[in-house]
Amino acid sequence: MAEWTEEITHVAGSDLAIIKGGQGKPLLVLHEELGHPGWLSWHSALAKEHTLLIPIQPGLGKSPKIEWIRNIHELALWYSWVLRELNLAPLDVIGFSTGGWIAAEMASVNSKQFRKMVLVAPAGIKPPEGEIMDVFSVTARTSLNASIYDAEATPEFAKLYGGERTPEQFEAFEDARTENARLTWEPIMNNPSLQYLLPGVSGLPTQIVWGREDAIVPVSACEAYRKALKNTEVKATVFDHCGHRPEIEKSAEFIKLVREFLA
Amino acid sequence: MHIMHFTERPYKNVPEDEVIKNRSFFGVPNKFYDPKVGAELYNEYIDEACYAEEVGFDAIMLNEHHGTPFCMGAVMNVEAAILARVTKKARIVLLGNPLPTLKHPLRMAEELAEIDLISHGRLVPGWVRGAGSEQIFNNANPAYNREYFNEAHDFIIACWTRPGPFRWEGKHFNYRFVNPWALPYQKPHPPIWIPGVLSPETVIWCAKHRYPYIGLGTALPATVELWNLYGDTAAQEGYTAGSENFGYLQQIFIAETEEKAQELGKGALFGGGAQNFSRPEWTLPPGYNSKEATRRLARQSTDYGFLGVTTEKLQQSDMPTPQAGDVHQEKGKTRARLMRGEISIEEAKAKIYKNYQKAQDGLQIIIGTPKTVIPKLKMIMEVLRPGIFGLFTAQGPISEKDRLTNVRLLGQEVLPAMREIAKGLGIVDPFERAPGSRPYTSGTKRDSLVDLEALKNAPKRDESVRV
Repeated sequence: MAEWTEEITHVAGSDLAIIKGGQGKPLLVLHEELGHPGWLSWHSALAKEHTLLIPIQPGLGKSPKIEWIRNIHELALWYSWVLRELNLAPLDVIGFSTGGWIAAEMASVNSKQFRKMVLVAPAGIKPPEGEIMDVFSVTARTSLNASIYDAEATPEFAKLYGGERTPEQFEAFEDARTENARLTWEPIMNNPSLQYLLPGVSGLPTQIVWGREDAIVPVSACEAYRKALKNTEVKATVFDHCGHRPEIEKSAEFIKLVREFLA
Repeated sequence: MHIMHFTERPYKNVPEDEVIKNRSFFGVPNKFYDPKVGAELYNEYIDEACYAEEVGFDAIMLNEHHGTPFCMGAVMNVEAAILARVTKKARIVLLGNPLPTLKHPLRMAEELAEIDLISHGRLVPGWVRGAGSEQIFNNANPAYNREYFNEAHDFIIACWTRPGPFRWEGKHFNYRFVNPWALPYQKPHPPIWIPGVLSPETVIWCAKHRYPYIGLGTALPATVELWNLYGDTAAQEGYTAGSENFGYLQQIFIAETEEKAQELGKGALFGGGAQNFSRPEWTLPPGYNSKEATRRLARQSTDYGFLGVTTEKLQQSDMPTPQAGDVHQEKGKTRARLMRGEISIEEAKAKIYKNYQKAQDGLQIIIGTPKTVIPKLKMIMEVLRPGIFGLFTAQGPISEKDRLTNVRLLGQEVLPAMREIAKGLGIVDPFERAPGSRPYTSGTKRDSLVDLEALKNAPKRDESVRV
């Protein structure tokens, strides 16, 4: 039996596809800019203790595009409405890359809607050193390849997004990239006001996770996030020999870290 | 027939190896740009345009590209403004200004109005969506490409035709006080022509606006198909389309002898030619394609869409992982192999020039003497019956002297022959008959726009060869 199901819910004025799997208290999972990468071993591991709720970002997969949402801040406001309407708050949240950025924006609006927050290499803050990779001027596959530090040492890399080059996956990538280019084209995958809003977050234990060799969002942004979240309990963990995907590049350590944090 | 002179105004001195190494003209580092050379070339091209007017061309066509030695017209309106003053009777045809890249369309409306005024009404503005690379260069969100295009277009027309002051509150552009004091000389506004590479959405849009559509060296069978789409759309809109609604641009180079023409014409393939205009991933930034076009592209991995990009080519552009190579990587062709260092620049170059004859066989480029090129032009005219015809001087490091000889021979021998042929075929241009001026009676057979019999005799084109 599959470990997850996908259902379309009408919520906050729109349809929203939500992937659901596992048992226990709910954990909101906000996927990255290329979309939901598929059910991986870290999903299975966390699903033992949590009910994973993975909303598919509007405009991707079976979730219709919401035209009036024009940036990540507005998307975060809309997701907050979704949580209120579904009576899910407060709940735990984990966000990856752009999904981490969305989580941080949501926390900046209302930190009470979350119980604990995990940010995995979030975009959203302009890194003090280095630049966020321009994923929109390379192919989807190039950005995927750049997201990993050592492909041979990362068995699950070949499983991301089904692993194969199908026409359906090509289209899914382009849908995801189109929608995220629409929302994050300028400023380049960051919101200059976010770092001034994050000090407003309080009472929300936060774990930041990063790979030292992250080629998509440079690790310098990790410290920027930690500093901005100065009025809440925050811990940052940086893995060595790791790129933008600690959840599969350092899978065992990542699962242990997140399970203990969310316990 | 309205015959236009056109050149991309290439920065001829760019080292060819750098273009090939970069796998693209767009993005060659500008440390190779020498302002002294640039200064000479801009003036050379303005002189060439003046000479084209002198030898009998009806129009000077300009275009615009950014960040590339392929075309020096980064701000085409500047060149157009100069031509407005230094030419006397030729139309100045801009094909086109890349509307989606504009942050400030009111300024565009003013600039074009000034050009139309200085030239006493000789301006023909045109609009394009801009190549994918233009979106990257100008930081124009590709996901809003068509929305920007449509709104900027509607706004500029409003600037020219709606009495000011008025307010514009659009989705992408907002102006609190629109009241330009430079209005076009031509009323209600200058005629608008649209160039393209056969995006069906653009063809339909043109037909709805009654704007002539100019195929930019597009393959004949696909052009025929899209012109019929234009014709059908026109009929739905209640008018009859004819030769006045269509134009075609053909790359050409002629010299006094066949040998010389053949030698110089190779310039069309310099640096890889249009094939290397940009990298596939820059040609198709996310959202630049419509969803339908992306779906088509996804399912036809080796079929050439209207931009010449295939999913196979996109795959060849994938960069490997830094450590271990791409686990998904597939064997690629020349550019991919060059990128991986499997072949040398010299080998890549040899492969590029190997296509020279093929490019001529498929009419991607016409090379020769007036005597040998006229039958080829005639063939295109018979198939497509375009009221507007652009003659695009071959790219590459061709000297000013040889370029001017090309212009002179075109003017003296080719243009008169084309006008005769057009007359014989009953081709009229948009100044002889206004596009969209003939009503269409519902239920009747619409006018035939193309000659399918002539198409049967036209040579087949190898779509993998682009110049």
